[in-house]
Order: sequence, then structure tokens, then C-alpha cells
Amino acid sequence: MVKLDSVFHALADPTRRAILARLIEGEATVDEIREPFAMSQPSISRHLKVLEQAGLISARIEGTSRPRRIEPVAFAVIEDWLEQYRAIWQANYARLDEVLTELKLKDDAT
Amino acid sequence: MNPLRMTTPTDTTIEIIRSFAAPRSLVWRAHTEPELVKRWLTGPTGHTMPECEIDLRVGGTYRYVWEWPEGRMSATGTFREIVPERRLLLTETFDFLPHSETLVEQVFTESGGRTTVEMNLHYDSKATRDGVLQSPMDEGLEASYCSLDALISETM
Repeated sequence: MVKLDSVFHALADPTRRAILARLIEGEATVDEIREPFAMSQPSISRHLKVLEQAGLISARIEGTSRPRRIEPVAFAVIEDWLEQYRAIWQANYARLDEVLTELKLKDDAT
Repeated sequence: MNPLRMTTPTDTTIEIIRSFAAPRSLVWRAHTEPELVKRWLTGPTGHTMPECEIDLRVGGTYRYVWEWPEGRMSATGTFREIVPERRLLLTETFDFLPHSETLVEQVFTESGGRTTVEMNLHYDSKATRDGVLQSPMDEGLEASYCSLDALISETM
């Protein structure tokens, strides 16, 4: 279950966004994810946990490692949210077009 | 219908640009006269704006109330800057997020009888950093603005 507030919380951190950018390129192990960051493994693991709890990434077990990968569902939720916001303003402004048409007619009549 | 452009120019900003087939004077009136605002700023289908109060002067406040079959919400704010028919700078706070203040800038430009409205929503990240925002929903919205830019560049 993807919850929008935990998704946004997870995305608010630049390190976690960078981790996601890395995982968009493909599945990676914790060591591979950690490589570009000057960060301890526990710190990276904490970030991964936040991303996992938000439903943005998932882990699978492969021998002794647990490679992480992107969960596309979470991104669909965010896109929906942005799309709703856009839709609200499209609807507002479509109504404003009508109000303006009416105002112009009144102006022309006087 | 005229296209609407929505972008996220910075980590804490949403920009919406739309043009209208009307002179600037009318577009301005439609944004500042309560009886006109009530007719279009109603949001999703099924919502209405039964109350709209606008005290259009620097330091003056406004109040919008929306209603729909299952609920009701309101937004209030203060006018910070007013350049008649050209620019509005105001604050915006929703009743369900009382500690969260968004700075809204609207710029009106006219060319060839058409008017373009550029609206910038600046999220108050300082308040966030100071820990003013506590509820999970606040956190969600705060983070959403901070991460919109990243979303656009990294996931779409």
C-alpha cells in the first residue's frame, strides 16, 4: 500500500532522491548503491528503509545480498497527485474563460 | 481550450501559466471581485464557493470557503503587494493545514488583446525547516513541494 505522505517524506531528502535515480538505471546491491556516497552502510540502510516503507523500492533475497529495485506503483501515485492538481486548475480556468466571455459582452454593450 | 503549463522551476515552487482571450482589466476583476471569483475558483467538479470575502489592499485579508456534498474547507491569507491589473502577492493558508503558509504571486500581462496569468506558488520552506509543521499531512505537502522538481527531472 503506497501512502502519499510517506512517499513525499521519502522523496524530500536529496540522498534518497539520488538513490532512486541510481535505481532507475537498474537493480543494485547496498554496496553498489553506497558507492557514490561518502556515507556509512548503516546510514544508507536507514535511507533504504525509508524508501522501502514508502513503497518506492523493494528488496529481494539473492544469496547473502538483498538487491533493491524501483517499485513503479509509487511513482504512479505521485503522477496522479500532480495530475489532479493540474486538472483542478484546468477546470478553474475553463470556468474563468466563461466568466471573461460574459464580462466582455457586457463591456461591449455599454 | 487554452493550454495550461505547469512546471516546477525550483524545489519549492510550482508555476502555472495560462492565457485568456480577454483584456487585462477584466482578468484582474475576475481575480479580485468576490462575486466573480466565486463563479470560477471552485476547484473539482461538485464543489462550490458559497463564501468569498476580499479586502483588496496591502495588509487586507481574503477568505474563501468551498463546499461539496461531503465536506467543507476554507483558505485565508493577506495581500502583501498589489500593483493594480499587473501583480498580486498574497499568502495562502488552508484551514486543514493551519501552520503552513504558501506565498502566491500572480503576474498579469497583456499582449494583442490576450492576457497571460503567471502564478507562482512558493512554499515556505523556512517554516518547515524550523519545525513548525508537525502533522503528517503537513509533512506530506511540505515534502511534495520540495520534491516536485526532483520528480520531474528524475522520474518522468
